[in-house]
Amino acid sequence: MVKEIERAGFPIVQMCNLIPVATTVGSNRIVPTISIPYPLGNPADSKEQQWKLRYHRVGVALDALATDIKEPTVFKVKI
Amino acid sequence: MKKAILYINQFFGQIGGEDKADFEPEIREGLVGPAMALNKYLKDAEVTHTIICGDNFMGSNEKEAVGRILGFLEGKEFDIFFAGPAFQAGRYGNACGVICKAVKEKFNVPAITSMHVENPGVEMFKKDVYIFKGGNNAGRMRRDMKIMADFGNKILNGEELLWADAEGYYGRGKRHQVWLESKEPAAKRVVKMLIDKLNGEKFQTELPIPKKDMVPIASAIKDLSKANIAVVTSGGIVPVDNPDRIQSASATRWGRYDYSKMDRLEAGVFKTIHAGFDPAAANADPNVIVPLDALRAYEKEGKIGKLHEYFYSTVGTGTTQGEAARMAKEIVEYLKEAKVDGVILIST
Repeated sequence: MVKEIERAGFPIVQMCNLIPVATTVGSNRIVPTISIPYPLGNPADSKEQQWKLRYHRVGVALDALATDIKEPTVFKVKI
Repeated sequence: MKKAILYINQFFGQIGGEDKADFEPEIREGLVGPAMALNKYLKDAEVTHTIICGDNFMGSNEKEAVGRILGFLEGKEFDIFFAGPAFQAGRYGNACGVICKAVKEKFNVPAITSMHVENPGVEMFKKDVYIFKGGNNAGRMRRDMKIMADFGNKILNGEELLWADAEGYYGRGKRHQVWLESKEPAAKRVVKMLIDKLNGEKFQTELPIPKKDMVPIASAIKDLSKANIAVVTSGGIVPVDNPDRIQSASATRWGRYDYSKMDRLEAGVFKTIHAGFDPAAANADPNVIVPLDALRAYEKEGKIGKLHEYFYSTVGTGTTQGEAARMAKEIVEYLKEAKVDGVILIST
């Protein structure tokens, strides 16, 4: 899906857990998530911790859309 | 008697389904699940141990999982290693590839697995290990396992191994010199190919060059503060009544849902119908997959111009690449019409 949307000319960032899969299939902008069932908030953490993580990673994804890249890039997250 | 060890996931290890996908690696003496079939098909070898590990545990804690499994194998005698078959299950394919590669490198034994051609594990690991061309679902278990075992028997007996196509595994990108039984020299063969090509007839190159479908990188958004951002997900988030009847696996349908009047996705209003993972966390808080709350915050702060009125959703488990590409093309039409500037796709 990522490839077809990018092929149409839209910058697209994939947020996912299995980074090697995303790089192999040809995603160009990638931001890691923390798991498969709950990509952006671990239910074992407090609501506030979950929010911090989600807010941070979505921010990284938005910045990725505004970043020119020369090759497929996995953007770094801090939380 | 030679010795073999098999790796399987939590499902085939009879631990449980998606709710047990975080199952930590274990080694058991003897045969669990598909190990019985493997043991039956192996001729002069027996399966001594079965390793079981949850697909999510391997996916999210790869180093830890591999480290523990290599630890289990330390000091065990075995001549060959098997994993799967993984069919079209993406996470299982990844796990089989990861562990086969690690075991082969550490213990220098042949490692064999099997996957359907659309399993992303094929592209990821076909260079490293023998991956046989398998079916797309567990109904092919016996057949795929027998193919793996037959090849294992050949290796263990020291029989001559043929090239990838002849044996039935995905090409590893290795080239070996082969003496043809026909003894027809290369010059003759290439001229024959050329003539066939000129005549518009079929010919088979002896040096296939693999093609990879890469998409050019789209240019970045120039001014994020004016941009219209859309969300697409393969995580199966839908209104609780699933109005578009999107399938929980092998999806061929997708939906788009208006969230323009909401600040977050509420539990009980949205849920996930994805059958490929435990839905508890996403049902309790759908924002962990479609992060509307965070995107609204960025919209209020002015980091982005606006969030597109709809999010787009389907289910990414068992879904073929062909269907996924078609659905994406259909979604693209809506994104164009809405003048979307950039897309976040959240996959599970």
